[in-house]
Amino acid sequence: MKNLVVKLGAAAIAATVMVTGAWAASAYPKNKPREQDWSFAGPFGMYDPAQLQRGLKVYAENCSACHALSRVSFRNLADLGYSDDQIKAFAANYEVEDGPDDFGDMFFRPATAADAFPSPFPNQEAARAANGGAYPPDLSLMAKARAPIRGFPAFVLDPFRNYAENGPDYIYSLLTGYKDDVPEDVSVPEGLWYNPYFASGTALAMAPPLFDDMHEFDDGTEATVSNMAKDVAAFLMWTAEPHMDDRKQLGFRVLVFLLIFAALLYLSKKQVWSRVEH
Amino acid sequence: MSKLEHHGTYTPTTGVGKWIDARMPLPRLMYDSFVAYPVPRNLNYAYTFGGILSIFLVIQILTGVVLAMHYVPDATKAFDSVEHIMRDVNSGWLMRYMHQNGAHFFFLAVYLHIFRGLYYGSYKAPRELLWILGCIIYLLMMATAFMGYVLPWGQMSFWGATVITGFFTAFPVIGVPIQELLLGGFAVGDPTLNRFFSLHYLLPFMIAGVVILHVWALHVTGQTNPTGIEVKSKTDTVPFTPYATIKDAFALIVFLAVYAYFVFYMPNFLGHADNYIPADPMVTPAHIVPEWYFLPFYAILRAITFDIGPITAKLGGVIAMFSAVLVLFIVPWLDTSKVRSAVYRPWFKLFFWLFVINSVFLGWLGSQPAEGVYVALAQLSTAIYFGFFLIVMPVLGLVEKPRRLPNSITEAVLERSAKTDGASPPLGDPIAVADKS
Repeated sequence: MKNLVVKLGAAAIAATVMVTGAWAASAYPKNKPREQDWSFAGPFGMYDPAQLQRGLKVYAENCSACHALSRVSFRNLADLGYSDDQIKAFAANYEVEDGPDDFGDMFFRPATAADAFPSPFPNQEAARAANGGAYPPDLSLMAKARAPIRGFPAFVLDPFRNYAENGPDYIYSLLTGYKDDVPEDVSVPEGLWYNPYFASGTALAMAPPLFDDMHEFDDGTEATVSNMAKDVAAFLMWTAEPHMDDRKQLGFRVLVFLLIFAALLYLSKKQVWSRVEH
Repeated sequence: MSKLEHHGTYTPTTGVGKWIDARMPLPRLMYDSFVAYPVPRNLNYAYTFGGILSIFLVIQILTGVVLAMHYVPDATKAFDSVEHIMRDVNSGWLMRYMHQNGAHFFFLAVYLHIFRGLYYGSYKAPRELLWILGCIIYLLMMATAFMGYVLPWGQMSFWGATVITGFFTAFPVIGVPIQELLLGGFAVGDPTLNRFFSLHYLLPFMIAGVVILHVWALHVTGQTNPTGIEVKSKTDTVPFTPYATIKDAFALIVFLAVYAYFVFYMPNFLGHADNYIPADPMVTPAHIVPEWYFLPFYAILRAITFDIGPITAKLGGVIAMFSAVLVLFIVPWLDTSKVRSAVYRPWFKLFFWLFVINSVFLGWLGSQPAEGVYVALAQLSTAIYFGFFLIVMPVLGLVEKPRRLPNSITEAVLERSAKTDGASPPLGDPIAVADKS
């Protein structure tokens, strides 16, 4: 047993060294995400509820066939500008498992505002079985869980330009980044799709999910692949960071307070220290 | 040693004040430590990080206590409970982002504090114990930060814990039992998470205890100052309040403003995206890296790629990494110079800045893969790191010719202001001035 543990420990270190070593050799994604204009970018940026509603539509009618959104509850959709009645009606379209009832049986009922989005598959194995072995990840946190390396000097400059939209830029680039003409130095395994924007390889199991005019938006927005990708990326930023608007609004007040306080302290400090050479 | 032993100047005026003072003179202690306590009049902003650090310890403990009310240390629930905090707990996102970014800024401040100590020779007699207590705080901080990083139970938490606890297996005989003790099993799992949570809650209070000793030791020896000359007369010092208080407060608020910018506008910039993926023992992340504040040590660990006699490369790396921290403990005895401050040591000053640049470079190397030219660079950089402590410090003190030292802090201050103003300003007794106002 001890021997095994020693070997496991050694393997862990070796794996780390090799894994970190392999990283440079395979610097994915091949193409850096393309930066987009986001309504929520910058210190005063806020979510655009209309865009989030369109993104919800894309998620609900496309992505949700394979991808779960289990950390978002229907009640959260109030952030998108929906009324309680609209949310109840929307939730009622979904069936969730509940129970046990008085006889000890599980049963299905329409979802309520308090329920989370039900997952398309009961478990990871079922998801894999239905998707040729690939697991479509839960999208709740996707916009924060993918951040291609920024590199130097971008990572130094990012705080100065308040760039924090790496995640949605990545999602947008991936969704619009499928290419039919595969470069010669890339081999795409059978059943995978070439996408130079994919974070962990050159090809992924998800087929291009969006096509022009596959949806009709109530607000007249043209359903181009680019528009839909952008809307769903914005929606996923909201699912990952639902309190971003609150955060930036509070941040502004905190910073104004701190800067005024700092200015007053500086003047006081000058006054106090003017009594003595230092 | 401070010639200016300040005799209690605290005189309680109210009846309650006198009653307490006769029984347990805590107000007197506070007054003597934070009001009347004399500090050198020439302290610059590099000396404000001690105060900033104590505030950050408080921020971390307060936000941490609130987070612990909602967090669940269970391998199947930890990640979900953090997301529950982020989404459903009132202001939970604020507590969590303050805590997470607070750790980064805590380390930023401690590194600036340590570099300041090295530059001005703050570790020299009679402040060796003060310095060693600081090193102990730093060690405790590293342990606390590492265990805290495991708690969200994301991919980087899990694999970081796997790698770091794996270091211990490098030690013969005792290595594996230590690792099993840390993990509470043979691999990172629920017992690991539970003991890390318990220790993550305990260690900050131990840090607070050592901080009290650190401040105690500081108040016995008095502060150093940019000249490195000890306080000789009353004119060398100003009372802590209002002088140091107001300067520390200003520096603190500026530092907090930068911190707040990250908390509110770039809360995930300093973290790693993979930690928003729930821990999965079956999937190794493409790239396991520690947080930035551990990167220089990570680079040193991976720089040792060769066996040294019976010491394997793996053990050598682990020894080098631990030595890189432990060498700080003996700095007071490695530096042989009689002159304290780098201001008067032209060669030490040069080597100090080389050391700073090299430390940042090591951090960058730690974020790069351990292969090809990076290995050679990391080896060179590691050699420079240890060379600074083990060669430059002892040798330079013997061969370097320091610049002329001023006779006193007051003289240094007046010389400088005469140089900048052209005219010699009046020399007031600052304590008398402060008392009048």
